[in-house]
Amino acid sequence: MRIKYSFLLALFLLLIPFSALIFGQDGAAASGETESADSLALTLPAPVTNLKAINTPNDHGHSFTVTWDISADDGGGLKNVLFYRVMRSDNPDSSFKQRGENKLPRGASTYQDNGSKRKESDDFSADFTDFYYRIDAITIDSNVFSSSGIYGPVQSKGEWYNTGRTPVLVAVIIFLILTMIFVALAKKGADLYIRPLAGIEAVDDAIGRATEMGKPILYILGLGGADQIATIASFTILSRVAKQVAEYQTKLIVPCYDPIVMTVAQDIVKSSFMDAGRVDDYKEESVYFVTQSQFAYVAAVNGTMLRELPATNMYMGKFYAESLILAETGALAGSIQISGTDEIAQIPFFVVACDYTLIGEELYAASAYLGKEPILLGSLKGQDMAKAAIIVLMIIGVVTANIGGETLENFRELFKVIN
Amino acid sequence: MRRNIPLAVTFVVGMLLIVSVFLPPIETIGEDFGVFFSIIAVFAFFLGGGNLIKVHFGKIMKKSNDWEFSLVTVVGFFAMLIIGLFKIGAPGDISTSVTAEGSYFQEMFVYLINPLQSTMYALLAFFVASASYRAFRAKNREATILLVAAFIILLGRTPLGMMLTGWIPESFSIFQVPNLAVWIMNSPNLAGQRAIMIGISLGVVAMSLRLILGIERTYLGGDDKG
Repeated sequence: MRIKYSFLLALFLLLIPFSALIFGQDGAAASGETESADSLALTLPAPVTNLKAINTPNDHGHSFTVTWDISADDGGGLKNVLFYRVMRSDNPDSSFKQRGENKLPRGASTYQDNGSKRKESDDFSADFTDFYYRIDAITIDSNVFSSSGIYGPVQSKGEWYNTGRTPVLVAVIIFLILTMIFVALAKKGADLYIRPLAGIEAVDDAIGRATEMGKPILYILGLGGADQIATIASFTILSRVAKQVAEYQTKLIVPCYDPIVMTVAQDIVKSSFMDAGRVDDYKEESVYFVTQSQFAYVAAVNGTMLRELPATNMYMGKFYAESLILAETGALAGSIQISGTDEIAQIPFFVVACDYTLIGEELYAASAYLGKEPILLGSLKGQDMAKAAIIVLMIIGVVTANIGGETLENFRELFKVIN
Repeated sequence: MRRNIPLAVTFVVGMLLIVSVFLPPIETIGEDFGVFFSIIAVFAFFLGGGNLIKVHFGKIMKKSNDWEFSLVTVVGFFAMLIIGLFKIGAPGDISTSVTAEGSYFQEMFVYLINPLQSTMYALLAFFVASASYRAFRAKNREATILLVAAFIILLGRTPLGMMLTGWIPESFSIFQVPNLAVWIMNSPNLAGQRAIMIGISLGVVAMSLRLILGIERTYLGGDDKG
């Protein structure tokens, strides 16, 4: 018994130094953390320098662009700057308020302070009013920060013209002049050569084929809204196709993804039937709304393809992931397929699965090609000339970029667009 | 008259929007016009629903070909409409969101529509395979180039590419298949894409000008009737 007590006592005495070691270490670690946190919290970072605020140029006013040199402790020195806070007041001595909902991350050296132009807004920022700016460099503890000196007063004002977009304006004017010149030439009867597009030339044959086979033509306007240029281009092609369809008395099916597109398409098809003198043949249910769910639309159109087995499928407009599912189903159904889209990612799918594809801009030109009206062809010629001018400018740009020199750099600056 | 008024509206609004790009005081006018579009879109939803019912009811009544599909469409439409409108199964009162957890509308969306949509999307994998088979047949010179490029990219995006060509010394690393794949994507492919993009941008400008100036008026129907 005594031996047992002696053993336990010895064990206890042995454990004391170890326990002291363990608890001592914990304590040291804890005090170390405190010291570290205290040192972070108590050391003020260096303030930002060279603070400037200017009225943001080329805008409608109510905006300032604030710039500064980052704190010496941001990324270097004590490395204790985590955020910056842009503060503004209409009084240099007091009531500075933070601008923007979030603080700026370390490394930031510029901020565009956009106020509201609506007087009823809490964020209203009046033009021609003095404002003062200050930047706070903030540590991990948001209560510990260094403020810069105050910059101001500075006033905002709006401009009537955005000088940064002058190159765009010049380009639009040149483009407009080129278009007008070639339209005028076309009106005078000039013989304008436009390169043939296989996809366009196939439209007539495709409609003829459908008539001979006694099968319908399926026209798909894509998933775009009526406000998208690809859909508008598709409307113009639909108009030409519908007129021909009416003349040949072939059945036309136009399933629509968007209700507004459906309404416009109904009107276009009806007008085309009227122009062809066959308004009685127009059936309102031939242009119908399906759904605004992408894959439900695909399921419905694929079903129509496999049940109706159209002789010709035309896909013109905006297409996304459904392009290949539609085009492959059409190919399986044995239809002649003509497609056109300005969605670059979908063009390869259409090229693979369709007989003819209008690539990008060809979709917009299709209506002019189909109509063969001189004025429309003239506008296409203007577009071609603009493209030639861009190619020449690109070559000059590549050469000047590689040769270098101040004069050439100034030349490149002429084309710089600032938003 | 039927065509002159839309042409005048197109011209005025189009010119205003072009000018607004260069004049900061009216640069947000496009957003304001967007609000009008949204208002019209609300009414268009009724048009869409109305057209759907009209077309499919017509088919059911006439017992046209495949009228059974129309019946499914109409039943599905009204089922979702009623369940959504009356918030059947939704926890709480009528003010609860229609998509709240447990509402039948949400359940039908999650357990019916989502799987059906996923199924359709999954079909894409099979169609990609069949389309690739057709596209990559080396029928002529262009198709052969396409086949070779596709093979390099497929190989370059898998570990096998590095395994096969990893031994090529660093000074000739461009010939390692993964690097070759990156070069194809970043140089010839990107150049082609940019060319198409420039063409599209010019085409958009030209098309817009044709519409604004009234040169292109086929979308209004008719050729010469004023």
